[in-house]
Amino acid sequence: MNSKIKASAIKFGNNIDTDVILPGKYLILVDPCELAKHALESLDTEFVNKAKKGVILVGGKNFGCGSSREQAPLALKYSGVKCVIAESFARIFFRNAINIGLPVIECKGISSAVETGDELVVDFEAGKIENASNGKKFQVEKLPQFILEILADGGLIENLKGKMKK
Amino acid sequence: MNITEKILAKASGKKTVHPGEIVDANVDMVMIHDLTGPLAVEAFKKIGSQKVWNNKKVVVILDHQVPAESVKAAELHKTMRQFAKDQNVTFYDVGRGGICHQVMPEKGHVTPGNVIVGADSHTCTYGAFGAFATGIGSTEAAAVMATGKIWFKVPPTIKVNVKGTFKKYVTPKDLILNVIGNLGVDGAIYKAAEFTGPTIKKMSIAGRMTVCNMAVEMGAKNGIIAPDETTSEFLEGRVKNLPDFEALQSDKDAVYERTVEFDVSKMEPQVACPSSVDNVKPISEVGNVHIEQAFIGSCTNGRIEDLRLAAEVIKGKRVKDGVRALVIPASQEVYRQALNEGLMEIFTDAGAIVCGSACGPCLGGHIGLLAAGESCVSSSNRNFIGRMGSTQANVYLASPATVAASAITGKLTDPTKLETKP
Repeated sequence: MNSKIKASAIKFGNNIDTDVILPGKYLILVDPCELAKHALESLDTEFVNKAKKGVILVGGKNFGCGSSREQAPLALKYSGVKCVIAESFARIFFRNAINIGLPVIECKGISSAVETGDELVVDFEAGKIENASNGKKFQVEKLPQFILEILADGGLIENLKGKMKK
Repeated sequence: MNITEKILAKASGKKTVHPGEIVDANVDMVMIHDLTGPLAVEAFKKIGSQKVWNNKKVVVILDHQVPAESVKAAELHKTMRQFAKDQNVTFYDVGRGGICHQVMPEKGHVTPGNVIVGADSHTCTYGAFGAFATGIGSTEAAAVMATGKIWFKVPPTIKVNVKGTFKKYVTPKDLILNVIGNLGVDGAIYKAAEFTGPTIKKMSIAGRMTVCNMAVEMGAKNGIIAPDETTSEFLEGRVKNLPDFEALQSDKDAVYERTVEFDVSKMEPQVACPSSVDNVKPISEVGNVHIEQAFIGSCTNGRIEDLRLAAEVIKGKRVKDGVRALVIPASQEVYRQALNEGLMEIFTDAGAIVCGSACGPCLGGHIGLLAAGESCVSSSNRNFIGRMGSTQANVYLASPATVAASAITGKLTDPTKLETKP
């Protein structure tokens, strides 16, 4: 994971659930690239085309609520989502995203400060988010060190591999 | 400490823990199923582990795409079967178990005071037995299978105190829908929900499971009910060596983030309208809603008590023409008991279809899906857009009694009103 990313935002509302991120009928697909083709299609059939170039998702409260399906963050990651910033996350989604190496940041006030298409700059190490399109800045609480290490390793598998070798 | 804190303290080798503290907990049981398991198996192999940390503490259950509805699903099942064999872990194949959250306690894999994780969000169901149980993802399940450990942030706890006696045909499902309607779908996010009070004390294990099952629908990390004689009665003969329940009661001076009070005595049947679980109304305020499908089943409401209640409402009546009524017992054990009690006859005579024990249409992956423009009243747990099939379909969540009554009339119907009709 790069410690700093810059990308344009796509904004969604509150309570974006895992069934709309990736419907249950696709859970028999194993290849993450296949999963990615259906990311968020229930809300926006064009999402996958928009995300291709690399985007930051901005959500409201309770992002990723519902099922424990790790295929939901996987579909987002492989569709081109570089990071998800939301007012709050459903806890299983939050953990799943970190475990597969998709950065997630909880940031109060973000959804009213960002519109779809805004350029966002995220500095994970410093815990800083800047909306380059309107100049609004946020300082967020840094994730605990062990979580930053999991993200830096690209996910829990690589992180654990490293630990088990020691 | 409260019960959640006590369990997490013990599991992480600490005398006390406080909300917000991150602990490394020893896991007593981990469960994976056919939709989350294959990714977990892949991750387990990638980690480089040869054997699970303890083969007595891993359970594999096929329940979602059961029996396999496609070649892809059959391949996933094959992967899971092979993994279970290679690792010599407990495995419930098609026809041997049923829905994971019913099978786990039925077969004695849930012990009060345990830390249980499962690669399914409704793992919180086991809080009904006084266990700390929560859902995790596939990769994390792989990590637990490799190490036997998991980190948790000790949650603050909301106490949900319930009093009053339910009216006829008003059920624990109506209570939990009402609670979620009041607290909201993010009302307990990152938190524990501890259910207490005289109504909970009197509640059956089936009812407690329904209540804890839906704790995740308000964002809770876990739902939990202190174990008592009702718990031991159910677990007798299923779990060897039950622990001392005294050590699992919340202390008198336990700290709660807040306490919310509910009284069920005047409660009427509740309905969660599309497309959010907190869009809850008493049935008298829902209006005229025609349905094309009625579903009785799922890990929320597919137990024998639920089927008995539905059968009582349906007995001697016919499912309305134009309505498909699906009944899916939550496990083989429930299926067998429903047969013994003659419930299957009641359902089939009424024109309902009884399917084999599995998750069924709840998550829209297998049988009983909805077409665009259709509405379904369901005893399951989620009514999100596209959850049970078409994104243009509507799902209404209700109790098995309300679902049964609605199947008869073809529209959302208060079961208490059905009987008075000629």
